[in-house]
Amino acid sequence: MTEFVATTPGVFPLPDWAKDQLGSLKGHQKEDLVDGSEGTEITDVYEETRATVADWQATAGLDRVVEGQLRWDDMLAHPLCVHDAVETRGIVRYYDNNNFYREPVVSGELTFDGDLADDLDALGELAPDTPTQAVVPGPYSLSELATDEFYGDEAAFLDAIANFLAGEVRAFSDVETVFVLEPSLVTSPPGDGEDERASEAIDRVADATDADVVVQTYWGALTEKVHAHLLDADIDAVGYDFVTNHEDNLYNINEYGTKEGIALGLADGQNTLVEEPEKIAERVAWVDEQTPGAEFETMYVTTNTELFYLPVSRCVEKLEALAAGAARAAEVAR
Amino acid sequence: MSREQFRPADHPNEHFILTTVVGSYPKPKWLDRVRELHDEPEGEFDDGEWEEATDDAARLITHEHERAGLDAVVDGEMRRNEMVEFFADRIEGYEFNGPVKVWGHNYFDKPSVVNDVEYDDSWLVSEFEFTDGVADRPVKVPITGPYTLASWSFNEAYDDDRELTLALADLVNEEIRKLVDAGARYIQIDEPALATTPDDHAIVGEALDRIVADLPEEVRIGLHVCYGDYSRIYPEILEFPIDEFDVELANGDYEQLDVFKEPEFDLDLALGVTDVHVAEVESVATIKANIQKGLEIVPPERLTVSPDCGVKLLPRDVAYGKMENMVMAAREVERELDAGEIEVGAAVADD
Repeated sequence: MTEFVATTPGVFPLPDWAKDQLGSLKGHQKEDLVDGSEGTEITDVYEETRATVADWQATAGLDRVVEGQLRWDDMLAHPLCVHDAVETRGIVRYYDNNNFYREPVVSGELTFDGDLADDLDALGELAPDTPTQAVVPGPYSLSELATDEFYGDEAAFLDAIANFLAGEVRAFSDVETVFVLEPSLVTSPPGDGEDERASEAIDRVADATDADVVVQTYWGALTEKVHAHLLDADIDAVGYDFVTNHEDNLYNINEYGTKEGIALGLADGQNTLVEEPEKIAERVAWVDEQTPGAEFETMYVTTNTELFYLPVSRCVEKLEALAAGAARAAEVAR
Repeated sequence: MSREQFRPADHPNEHFILTTVVGSYPKPKWLDRVRELHDEPEGEFDDGEWEEATDDAARLITHEHERAGLDAVVDGEMRRNEMVEFFADRIEGYEFNGPVKVWGHNYFDKPSVVNDVEYDDSWLVSEFEFTDGVADRPVKVPITGPYTLASWSFNEAYDDDRELTLALADLVNEEIRKLVDAGARYIQIDEPALATTPDDHAIVGEALDRIVADLPEEVRIGLHVCYGDYSRIYPEILEFPIDEFDVELANGDYEQLDVFKEPEFDLDLALGVTDVHVAEVESVATIKANIQKGLEIVPPERLTVSPDCGVKLLPRDVAYGKMENMVMAAREVERELDAGEIEVGAAVADD
């Protein structure tokens, strides 16, 4: 019996009132962004926004609730951008989007920080009836988003980032699921040898928690080799972006198999067009039909990408569609 | 020959390097204040007062451009809030659902295309007529290109961004024909989104074919693309139906200049010669050296100079200083060319 879990890869848009308020409190320049030492006034606003997005998720009826990653001014680069051994430089483009983040330059040893665990703890009892999900950047993506001026070579740098993230994840309080976001595995695929190391790095992060670990890939499909290596990691599910490229993702699954869990990125995190729940359920059923060799224990029903690209009203509607779509998929499967 | 029409009657030198700007200019603080008052639901400023304020600002900045000595001027885009929003607001088929993040706490009202896009009222004709009426110099009209209008919107209605781009290109063509009827002779298509997704240059080319359809020969069409890896769209852009290609190279210290040397660049070049990300006015000597970088690519009669990009984020005195020094530098380079003191690197036409 497959369990259908409606969830998201996190990184929510700030509620509109908080966009204004935080903009005024923090400023609009790159030196004004979150650095891990915000005062109480700013922290209080983030507390309130966290409660707001927890409420969006609980009200929509999602099966997992995330803290929203609302402090992630630099999106997936956040954990490095707030680290003491990292200097942030110019504003650089975030993948192929019209979004930008501060380039983190690692200039010292990446010791334990605790920033992610603190945010997760702050979620606390805000959505007491829904299991909690943590969100972290994948080690490969984080290493691709950053510049190394300390570790010396790519392999050592990836290794250091994996150890750092594993430490951060180990500090998490009880969570049900951890989403590990790895878009760079698709957008700049690791080459020979590097693909194996990327998988080992993910394995190390996954090993740091007892929670179910989902590695979400997006903006296309993995190359066959990268996909095969990813399956070597001891993780519970791989996430596939069926919005951007359903054919190659389906091919990978049918040709190489996948894990017992699967995350289906089948609502578009970057388009305001809100999918009908019925449509979402149909897409879930379609993937199930098209993968006759696979028997899934868990199907995570999610957007393909993070959610901050959307205006708030449409983001909330997407959450509702995901929850209703997953519920409908469960009904159909019964 | 579309370029000589912009040479001022009293131009002091035989050589003529066309000086202009990309478009946007710092808004006077009072205009921002008026916008706030006008935007307030119970605000004390009505539409008529907003129009009066934008007219005043447009007149002021147009004259500021003329005072700096520019050959082709713009009103500094005083009436426009943002390069996509402004147009989306005037095109049927678009709707707004709220702000989205660009970076940090900088947001933009990214619109959604929810129906077929349609041309309603003209977008820029009254802006052009006003500016043209107050300017002594020719007026250039910057207009956001269809690829950027499509890419920086949510596309709910078309199969893909190419379809949406081409539909929007037809509307841009309609607008430009109206502008030309009103007397405009210098149009600049802004396509910053091409820098993000350079593999889409064929879509931009297809859109440009539609944009220039049925336009008279004497209308000068420029294309502005900023912040990108130009090697990914060169030499493909040479096939575009444009007169002039406008690039941002001062910011990268002309590291990408060589991209345009092979194969031969056969369009007119509009070269960024002052850096809009540095809030200091470059010296005339520095700008002269930058202008001469352009002469490595094209002969002087095919060179236009401007700041790298819109200058709206600079302090206003710095923006003015950059234009003033740029014009001085261009005139000095022309004089030195006249006197044979400067070697032209690019092959000069045989005739």
